[in-house]
Amino acid sequence: MTESAKKGSKYVLFLGCAIPYREGAYEISARKVLPRLGIEIEEMPEFNCCGLPIDPVSHEAMLALAARNICLAEQKGVNIVALCPGCAGTLRKVNKTLKEDKKVREEVNHFLKEIGMEFKGTIDVKHIMQVLAEDVGLERIKETIKKPLTNLCVAEHSGCHVLRPIKYIGFDDPENPQILKNLIRATGAKVLDYQGETQCCGAPIIGINQGIPMNLTAEKLSHMKEVGAQAVVTVCPFCHMMFDTNQPRIERVANKKFEIPALHYTQLLGLAMGLNPEELAIKELRVDAAKLMAAISA
Amino acid sequence: MSQTRKKKAVVKEETGQKKVVKEEISRGLVEQKESQDTVLKITPESAQFKYELKQVPGAEKLMLCFQCGTCTADCPVSRYDESYRPRKILRMAQLGIKDQVLKSDVIWLCAACFTCVDHCPQDVEIAGVLRALRNMSVKEGVMPPVFKELASAIMETGYAYKIPELRIKKREEVALPSLPKGNTEDIAKLFKVTGFSKALGATGGS
Repeated sequence: MTESAKKGSKYVLFLGCAIPYREGAYEISARKVLPRLGIEIEEMPEFNCCGLPIDPVSHEAMLALAARNICLAEQKGVNIVALCPGCAGTLRKVNKTLKEDKKVREEVNHFLKEIGMEFKGTIDVKHIMQVLAEDVGLERIKETIKKPLTNLCVAEHSGCHVLRPIKYIGFDDPENPQILKNLIRATGAKVLDYQGETQCCGAPIIGINQGIPMNLTAEKLSHMKEVGAQAVVTVCPFCHMMFDTNQPRIERVANKKFEIPALHYTQLLGLAMGLNPEELAIKELRVDAAKLMAAISA
Repeated sequence: MSQTRKKKAVVKEETGQKKVVKEEISRGLVEQKESQDTVLKITPESAQFKYELKQVPGAEKLMLCFQCGTCTADCPVSRYDESYRPRKILRMAQLGIKDQVLKSDVIWLCAACFTCVDHCPQDVEIAGVLRALRNMSVKEGVMPPVFKELASAIMETGYAYKIPELRIKKREEVALPSLPKGNTEDIAKLFKVTGFSKALGATGGS
């Protein structure tokens, strides 16, 4: 194992809500690939929502929920890895704020006192993409590739919350993100540039307005289609829902056929590691990936 | 284009009627006349709104907004909904047109993609100002149903969505560890101490 892999090799897995609710394939594939990269996963002893969904209605309640999760990981003495960028971004931002802003920390610790907890500021929070890029590294990933996906040309969609706001998240360039592209290239697949790569898919407001997210994702899928992407690769359960679960609906609304399967990055990586589609829950995808699987084995 | 410009200081009402905007700023009363139907009064109390809002986390730099419009130009939501204009919302907040802002459906359209936050030349956390406005709106008794659903799922299960039994069974089938349990007792305490339970009660949530 490389030195960098040893540095951060154990994490408590923060699943969030959207993944167990609807995006099981992301968890299944992540649990398959992480151990192969020397990342040891511990389970959360208990859990509550990261707080992001209720931030619009109560910033204080969000802070309290996020801080409670951080405290649970602090008690275990293990850093957090989250698969969902919403969770990762929220926990990361709150962790940073509580470490740096004494006033907010006092306020939040006053909340936490009610449940016998205290934020101490002893752990770190990362999204899986950051763990793969920083702790594992491209070289180590390449060493695990048994079946390079050289036949594939894909589009990436990092999503907003792994990139922005730069001052809280900051590990990739939000205007020209490269990390996911490099992670995809490590699998042997080609990455196609398309217009509007950094544009939001609109998922966060789907509970308020359905039309805007559908239009935003339709626009992205159109641009991906223009460059001939065989698939779109995501690292977010919400973006994935837009590209995969909602694609048939978007096709009806936009009156256009896209037929672009959406893979979780962990599925793409798993395929390149030589795992079979069954193990990676490829069949759970809404958009038929049969052609894609055939292209890989060709 | 010229028409858009003309309307710049005029706040569009849902009635679609033409209107008169009165602005009372420190120099005195300024009246901008477009027609006679609707009058938006900016009272001396309105001036206080921006200070009140500035206290809410996320809105600290509200006053630094110099109306360049970068946020609106770069906003993906604005491209598909012409009623959503972050620049305009910030201006209304600065002017203290409190009720129209807090009661407007428009403030709930921000997708929190944070493009505006990263692009603002004045480092105004625009999405943060929107969040602050929504938080204030909740205190005035407004909460879209989706947030009540999310909050009640969190209170009942710890998760923002109630995970279907089928999903939980399926985890066993594919040998996934059982889901960590939510501590609903702790969540209830945290919602109470943060004042969120009270807000939920006031907006008719469970």
